Amino acid sequence: METRRPTPEEMLRLCEAEEDGQSRGRLKVFLGYASGVGKSFRMFDEGRRRKERGEDVVIGAIQPKTSGEVAEIIQKIEVVPLRHVDGSPVMDIPALLARHPGVCLVDGLAYDNPVRPRDPFKPVSHNSSRWEDVRDLLAAGVSVITTINIQYIAELRERVETLTHKHVGQTVPRNFLYNADEIVVVDAPPDATFQGFGSTGEEDAVRARRLSELREIALLLAADVVDRQLESYLRRNGLSTTLGAQERILVCVTPRANARPMIESGRRNADRFHGELIVAYVRQPDLRPEDQAALDGHLAVARAARAQIEILDGDEAVEAILDFARERGVTQIFVGHSLQKGWLRRLRGSHVDRIIRGADGMDVRVFPH
Amino acid sequence: MQPTAPRGKLKVFLGYAAGVGKTYQMLSEAQELKRKGLDVVIGYFEPHGRPDTIARTEGLETIPRRRIEYRGAVFEEMNTAAILARRPGVCVVDEFPHTNVPGSERVKRWQDVDLLLDAGIDVLTTMNIQHLESLNDHVWQISGVRVRETIPDWVVQQADQVVMVDLAPEALLNRLLRGVVYTPEKAKRALENFFRESTLVALRELALRQTAHEVEARQDRLNLQQGAGSEPPAPSEAGETPAPRVDRILIHVTQDPSTAMVIRRGKRVADYLHADCFAVAVHKLGSPESIPAGERDALERHLNFARNLHIEARLLQGEDVAETLLEFARLNGVTQLFLARPVEHRAGAFLRRNLVHQVVALAADMQVTIVAERKRG
Repeated sequence: METRRPTPEEMLRLCEAEEDGQSRGRLKVFLGYASGVGKSFRMFDEGRRRKERGEDVVIGAIQPKTSGEVAEIIQKIEVVPLRHVDGSPVMDIPALLARHPGVCLVDGLAYDNPVRPRDPFKPVSHNSSRWEDVRDLLAAGVSVITTINIQYIAELRERVETLTHKHVGQTVPRNFLYNADEIVVVDAPPDATFQGFGSTGEEDAVRARRLSELREIALLLAADVVDRQLESYLRRNGLSTTLGAQERILVCVTPRANARPMIESGRRNADRFHGELIVAYVRQPDLRPEDQAALDGHLAVARAARAQIEILDGDEAVEAILDFARERGVTQIFVGHSLQKGWLRRLRGSHVDRIIRGADGMDVRVFPH
Repeated sequence: MQPTAPRGKLKVFLGYAAGVGKTYQMLSEAQELKRKGLDVVIGYFEPHGRPDTIARTEGLETIPRRRIEYRGAVFEEMNTAAILARRPGVCVVDEFPHTNVPGSERVKRWQDVDLLLDAGIDVLTTMNIQHLESLNDHVWQISGVRVRETIPDWVVQQADQVVMVDLAPEALLNRLLRGVVYTPEKAKRALENFFRESTLVALRELALRQTAHEVEARQDRLNLQQGAGSEPPAPSEAGETPAPRVDRILIHVTQDPSTAMVIRRGKRVADYLHADCFAVAVHKLGSPESIPAGERDALERHLNFARNLHIEARLLQGEDVAETLLEFARLNGVTQLFLARPVEHRAGAFLRRNLVHQVVALAADMQVTIVAERKRG
């Protein structure tokens, strides 16, 4: 997954946004990977409990079909009914804003509001997607608890469609979820694998495989959201940034490095760990043309490997790399060394040696050239 | 004896802290299985005085615990023999990583569970992420707590299913403050270590990633079993990745305490890369009997630690450590060596720095990973 860790500047902007967003509502998302895992129940059940504890809870949207358990809870909570626009139901945002509850429950975040016939002279009175409705509620200070299935996340849609062979129209941008205050995975794996005590047919096996891939995608998405929360928490509190569970691999390249195997290995490791891959180069003045060409080649390999590319500045290459690695919470640094005669004697005090000695709390992987 | 019974299935409810609802969810599933007509018993349940959870045991048969006396006190453990005699279809066993009191037949509860599975009994169990061996250093870094009660990763890998029991940290802290999780004094102490917000969030991320890894590993295993007939795995989000080649990892074992960390790290990387993993200690005296007792004990302890994690580990005789390591590595097709980073102030640092230099200089055909101790943030 191409998740990029925000730069310090971006984080600062986020923190500032958070600070002046004191009056914003909080967004909590129950994330599932298939229908029937119990997201709606978890959401409504939380609504019920909050109401019992004295919070002002209303229901803003219900799915057309609800299970018996859910129907029972819904009866205990105030509902602001959907309104109809040209015969199609949409969330009644004006009514919700007027009612201004503490918490609004929205079952099914991925929903396309009906498109009205385009009349350029009439202002459109509603958003085209429900997630935009939710955004408006949050901005007005209403907290929202909502549910979504992994297949409706725009950036994941294509990948999920190859698994499910089902096309979905309505989507929610991944960034909207990245900015959620809380995300909870509803991880109730398919019954068949455990309770199928007897043998299961080929069809079940295919279904189980598909579900487990969807499950993995959901878990990793939630982990990414949590990673962002952790970062923002740590930054806000001025704490060290190396607590995250995500592996971050930093490949250091120089014009003379044999960069391809390092970058390819970095890519493979990052994929395996579902981590991040960064390729960094410390800018050197007055590169000879052949060195510049070699470097451009390395960076092309890095781009092809979907690495983030960072050009670092610093009088001292080793320090620049180590500062960057600490700053970005890198867990593994890949460096190359060339095997020349008398190498051992020259290793002491070399770049590689100094990186090893300075890389506190990180692994350094040395690649022979 | 029914030696032909197929091995039972194991399902692990994985959480990131006490109070997220693992036991509750496990018992709910047990109730569900009972409703479906399966023969379900509770083999071990830790009530922690939580009424909601205790209510979930209603109607389930409990096998009485076994009492064991140790140093004048009486402890209660799961009665594995009684469960085997009762032979249920499904057995509920709380707290998978638990260490049994001395005097029990087996050291660890997971070993008891292994017996139940061997007897064809399905088992539902619970654990928290901080007990996973390979994450021990990371958990210490996050929380400042060195967890002693660990469970080897391969034990969890053998489970048929690992489910994440997730709860927002905010909700968990709420529960803690309302006294749902612990008594007030214990809650106060908990807030100082595992229950700091940053710690909870970090542990939660670890648990999510670990569960995703467990899901993926099971899928890979299934795909392998089903062989050529299955669909090819879906390409990753942005296209193809280079074809994997076979990795083989060799971990250098010394008597230094940092060895445990290098072993955990090397094994974790090996697991993620689907690589073979070896561990080797080198001593100029090849036979254990001739090595001075102090050195020998430390080496043996570390080699056994590696073996417990299912790493093939051995002691080699050699005058020159770097040369011996590399010769072994070449003979065994190793692609990556793992060494501890010398700690500057510790005795012997100079020699070990020399070792790192020598290995790097000699390893013309393999990668060398130098592992630094994780620091508390």
